[in-house]
Amino acid sequence: MALPQLDKYAHVPWEEKERLFEEVTADPRFADYLYGCYECGICVATCPSARFYDFSPRRIAQALAREDVALVYEQIQDDIWECSQCFSCLRCPRKNNPGGLVTIMREVAVRHGLASAKQALEGYSRIIYKIMSTGTQVSPDMIRPEAFPDWGPSAKETGDNLDVWRKAMPPETMHTTSMSWDVADKTLTELYLIWHMTGVMDMIKAVDEGLHMILVDVMEEKLEEAGYPLS
Amino acid sequence: MPISLPVVQSAPAPKGRAFARSAPDPAEDIREKVFELEAKGEWIVPRVPEPWVPVTTKYGRTKKIPLQHTWHHKSCGQCGHIPGYSTSIFWLHRKLGLDYNDPRDQTSCTAWNYYASATSNSAAQAAVAVRNFAAAHETGYFPQIHCGTSYGHYKEVREELVRHPELRAQVRDIMGKLGKPLVMPEEIVHYSEWVYAVRDRIAARQVHDFTGVTVTVHPACHYYKLVQEDAIYDPDVYGGQRTAVVSAVAQALGAKVADYSTWFDCCGFGFRHILVQRDFTRSFAVQRKIETPDVTLTHDTGCVTTLDKSQFAAQAHDKKVGIPVMSEAQFAALAMGAHPYRVCQLHWHSAEYRPLLEKMGIDWREAWREFEDDCERIKKGEKHFLTWEDVDA
Ligand code: SF4
Ligand code: SF4
Repeated sequence: MALPQLDKYAHVPWEEKERLFEEVTADPRFADYLYGCYECGICVATCPSARFYDFSPRRIAQALAREDVALVYEQIQDDIWECSQCFSCLRCPRKNNPGGLVTIMREVAVRHGLASAKQALEGYSRIIYKIMSTGTQVSPDMIRPEAFPDWGPSAKETGDNLDVWRKAMPPETMHTTSMSWDVADKTLTELYLIWHMTGVMDMIKAVDEGLHMILVDVMEEKLEEAGYPLS
Repeated sequence: MPISLPVVQSAPAPKGRAFARSAPDPAEDIREKVFELEAKGEWIVPRVPEPWVPVTTKYGRTKKIPLQHTWHHKSCGQCGHIPGYSTSIFWLHRKLGLDYNDPRDQTSCTAWNYYASATSNSAAQAAVAVRNFAAAHETGYFPQIHCGTSYGHYKEVREELVRHPELRAQVRDIMGKLGKPLVMPEEIVHYSEWVYAVRDRIAARQVHDFTGVTVTVHPACHYYKLVQEDAIYDPDVYGGQRTAVVSAVAQALGAKVADYSTWFDCCGFGFRHILVQRDFTRSFAVQRKIETPDVTLTHDTGCVTTLDKSQFAAQAHDKKVGIPVMSEAQFAALAMGAHPYRVCQLHWHSAEYRPLLEKMGIDWREAWREFEDDCERIKKGEKHFLTWEDVDA
């Protein structure tokens, strides 16, 4: 009988694993999110993802607390995208924040363009595009039966009547279909500057070059008009 | 007999980080730190406008809830997919005669994406928050935040900015380039706290009798789990063991608030999951043991969407479905006589809500006919939009 593979990422150089580990633990939020672990499992008992996947917030906290570089790497590759970021695990008696640790680990995975991050975000590009370009994440015109077949006939009915239904509501800001409300142009320019100045555009480039190109295109015009040439 | 296991890579000895229990004690009030930083000239702290309502948070502190003169930080999920949520909040303000501002100079908090895809970082998230706070400050209005995730996330951002001077410096620098100061409001206020604060005024204007209506309340994770010490608790609601918002409103309106065993569970929204991995979301949402109420009330964007939209597919598994789901703002507006379609926009919801309206004494057939007339007039170009005047007609 073959022995179970103890480290399925044995082929990845140790230095690479250590680099990611150091990046996670160097994040300024890290010290606020981990104070050791009793192994009590309270976080697991509250965790929806632990009920549906082979996932455990306790293991996340434990691996980081034990400085288990190889296991942390494995979790970055295999586990972190299962978390639903509900923060039920903040019930932790040590005041740990396993969900927050996952957020940091995900950011590291994105910055390094890891295959796991690319895979987890497959099909998600249109959402990133929407939030980054319009400042609102879900627009009314996303409700289409082919996108939400499991929502039943209401998705089709909404899609069919979208234009009229959006006008048939009283707040003036909400007569929109391609964004959740009418965000002012100046506001969008400021948002684009924030994405550029905080390195978010580089993160997008690391996981999805095509999306990065489209976003740069969309933003360029508004930024130039406002006197902020991208070059 | 010892088994020889193939140890491929052995971890170096831990560097021996000493784990201190250094998280801020709940006894520490972050708002004091916010004021200290204001005194040092680090940021501007807009005050809650008078008159405000004092409420009690988890560890017994007083929080100020502004009654009016509020800047409505809208929710992208509410405005985009369940617009009657936002419309009802505005309608309640109008009916209670309380002044508000519905800005265009507002982005979403972008935290849905931060939690879903991690294609962001602390500095970007803090800059988005502070930009919105600065935009509110420019109008002289005080932020009232519609989304539970925005509310929870902005409190995370407040903690990060208070604790990390280098983050403050970075965000101050970014704001400087946008021509804005660093702004942090005195309180971070969720709309459900405002509804809680005005529940007796709502009840005083109630036109439909809700005594025959049984509700269950799903408290929203990002409202009371993220930065938990800031959520409202009340000894008269569940003995102070559970957040009082929503439940206290339903009680004030005479509805029966039924208990159920899985109230602490998350709804299954999952941020990324609701959009691209809905098998998780659906499974989790319909596993909730909500014992046949007339309606489930909640107070966050994702919870309404998840609990409402996940019911359809569950029919294939013989699950009990058909429980209407809405926010307590819509529920309160219905109690005060709001139009179920022009104001509460219930046609955007999926689960069957019409028997509930009948139980409330609302003639949905007539209301739908009126709404279809509105749509016809819009289609014919006789009307561009439905207005507040139409709603009040
Ligand atoms: S935030 Fe993630 S780890 Fe924490 S309880 Fe929710 S799903 Fe589990
Ligand atoms: S609840 Fe906290 S202390 Fe307990 S196992 Fe989870 S992380 Fe460790």
